[in-house]
Amino acid sequence: MKKRTVCIGSSIVLACAGLSGCATNSSHTSPAQTSHQQAAASTTKPRVITVAYQQFGNPPYFNQEWLQQAAQQFEKQYHGVTVKLEPIEASENDFYTKIDLMMKSASTAPDVVTEDTFLINADGSAGYLQPLNADVKSWPDWSEFSAAMKTGSTSNSGEVYGVPYSTDTRGLYYDVKIFKEAGLPVPWHPKNWNDVLNAAKKIKEKVPGVVPLWMQVGKATGEATTMQTFEMLLYGTHDTLYDAAKHKWIVQSPGFLNSLKWIQTVYADGLGPSFSQILNAQAGNIESQQLMPQQKIGIALDGNWLPGSWQKNGPAPWPDGTKAYQLTAMPTEFGQAPGYTSMSGGWALSISHLSQNKQLAWDFIKIATDKKNMEWYDVHQGNLAPRKDIANDPAYENAPGQFFKVATSFEKFTHFRPANSQYPSVSTQIQAAVEAVATGALTPEQAMQQYANNVQRIVGASNTETVSK
Amino acid sequence: MAVHAFAKSTGRRNRVPGGVGHHNGWRAIMFLLPSWLLLAVFFFVPILLTFYFAFTNLSLTGTSSLATKFVGFQNFVSMFQDPTFRISVIKTIVFLLFSAVIGQQVLGLLLAVLMNERHRLFRSAIGVLVIAGWVTPEIVVAFIFYAFFSDGGTLDTFLSVFHVQPIAWLYAFPMVSVIIANIWHGTAFSMMVYQAALGDVPKEILESAAIDGAGRFQRFVRVTLPMIKGSIATNMMLITLQTLGVFTLIYSLTGGGPGNRTTTLPIYMYQQAFSDYQLGYGTAISLILLMIGIVASFVYLRMLKVKL
Repeated sequence: MKKRTVCIGSSIVLACAGLSGCATNSSHTSPAQTSHQQAAASTTKPRVITVAYQQFGNPPYFNQEWLQQAAQQFEKQYHGVTVKLEPIEASENDFYTKIDLMMKSASTAPDVVTEDTFLINADGSAGYLQPLNADVKSWPDWSEFSAAMKTGSTSNSGEVYGVPYSTDTRGLYYDVKIFKEAGLPVPWHPKNWNDVLNAAKKIKEKVPGVVPLWMQVGKATGEATTMQTFEMLLYGTHDTLYDAAKHKWIVQSPGFLNSLKWIQTVYADGLGPSFSQILNAQAGNIESQQLMPQQKIGIALDGNWLPGSWQKNGPAPWPDGTKAYQLTAMPTEFGQAPGYTSMSGGWALSISHLSQNKQLAWDFIKIATDKKNMEWYDVHQGNLAPRKDIANDPAYENAPGQFFKVATSFEKFTHFRPANSQYPSVSTQIQAAVEAVATGALTPEQAMQQYANNVQRIVGASNTETVSK
Repeated sequence: MAVHAFAKSTGRRNRVPGGVGHHNGWRAIMFLLPSWLLLAVFFFVPILLTFYFAFTNLSLTGTSSLATKFVGFQNFVSMFQDPTFRISVIKTIVFLLFSAVIGQQVLGLLLAVLMNERHRLFRSAIGVLVIAGWVTPEIVVAFIFYAFFSDGGTLDTFLSVFHVQPIAWLYAFPMVSVIIANIWHGTAFSMMVYQAALGDVPKEILESAAIDGAGRFQRFVRVTLPMIKGSIATNMMLITLQTLGVFTLIYSLTGGGPGNRTTTLPIYMYQQAFSDYQLGYGTAISLILLMIGIVASFVYLRMLKVKL
């Protein structure tokens, strides 16, 4: 009997062992070793550099086209070197996990990788990324990058871990036709959260068959749920997520609770979409590529890149999209100063620490992020450009089918996410709290308590604090 | 296990009187070495690492990824304070109880009994239908049931004939949905185990019980069930361990949601390790999963008083 049980026991162990397999190659190369490798590599003349990036949803993939253009220019200048693009088919969260796993091992680490700036600090301090301080110092273009964006890809201790190539702001989209039918003012400038809620209620009452207010609340939509929904609310209260002066996470606060309560109200009152639409990794595409072009959404809290889907060669071409929908700033909770709020993030090109072709990788990044290439990408993708020379270019400012001018004006009151290496882990706890509250699984109080407990576990109780009143 | 048997037989040969025992011993070790090495590299080392990582703060990104520290029982302490962990233990037990112990086990036995002694054509027709669910890969089963349960899917279309309003089954009844999917997928296994077991019950005993006046039901409960006790225990253990590890089906149908309503331990382990980047904590959860499997196996053996 014992033997059988042991056999069975060990077969489960075997199943569980799969988990640990990924960690076996977590050894890190020391800097000395790396420079040695690099020297060796340069004498053998490497021929291929790999560029890893995310690919998800329906084509066209502008990031791929952009990287391809840069690769062609690069290959013309650097004879005998090929750029191999390595698209990673994964949703946002899976992409972050996959590149982390890839960068753990020299045999899979790409040379150049696209990094979400919210993860860049964490990946930098995990030793996955190469600091680029010396490289950017001798690069004249670096002075063209706006100071705020440079901070986004720089660690607290000053290491530059990537060159930002896109940024964004967030706000409220509203459908002009639906607003007129509901008897709501156009143009619309809500002054506080209640104005938004009342508008949604009016839409529900007067315009049946449309989703009054769309905001991501699923764990499946990952960082979008944290940033487009929760942080757009929280940073409009008197509280924030992280006390940068004391280096502590604020795990319980009135603002946190009120943000959860507001989300609860929206879903409990039936002002949001159905759960099968929203708790889905494809929720963002359902929103921007299906429902909005059918004018089935009254108000949507989302990022400035959204009309990118409606471009002529986008996944859901809709030339009149930016007339049908307008973009307005998200108000603060009670309209307190500065009256509006927004969140900014963005993406950067980084070099993997285990890359054997660091110099070539840097040369590629310089080409990909020059004015022409970056402007092409940001205009097509509908992202804001982190380079000042692009932001001031009239061709960019007035690009058709985009809200670049309005969205850039949100930068006045925008916020950045905490530059703390634990942020990605904390962010997933926010997503869990938001989904639990939206689906009614937990009350806002319970969800905040659970969030507090989990964050204390992850970052250590001494690194957290509670704010009351 | 094959290695075990081999080791035993060579050991026995060693003791053959007059043989060149010493030489043979070394030769046996030489022959065993490759398999031992393979086992060590792919089995024992990962297990030991699992145990080790469960006691560290290993993470996929951030500072603790580079400076992994030994944290003692910290992971286990916070696990027992973590309400989501408690929820997922309960969800795991519910899923296990209804989809494996009750669903697959009872349905499998019922099918086997009903098919017993029937016409061959009938047996093979039904058998093929049931086994079709078993041979279908888990991810395909997930897609089939997604199509079946989703908004306006097969089930809703069927029910609309009776003027039932469409229901988003995967959101309204997520646990019931994944349980039904798992029963459909796994019942054939129990059915086959019991078909074999029922075939081994001697007809003479059943006949003499019938002559003694035992009815159909009495014969089944008093004669058949005690005689297939060993198969019940084995089957129970195997499907329990299989079901404890079900990940693909739940993850692709509901992703553990909505909320935590279908977050079983494997799902929670995956979320903690690969979505929340807490590899150490995830590994600790996998150890608990292992413990549950071992405890359940012991309970079955004790309950049925079976000697293996």
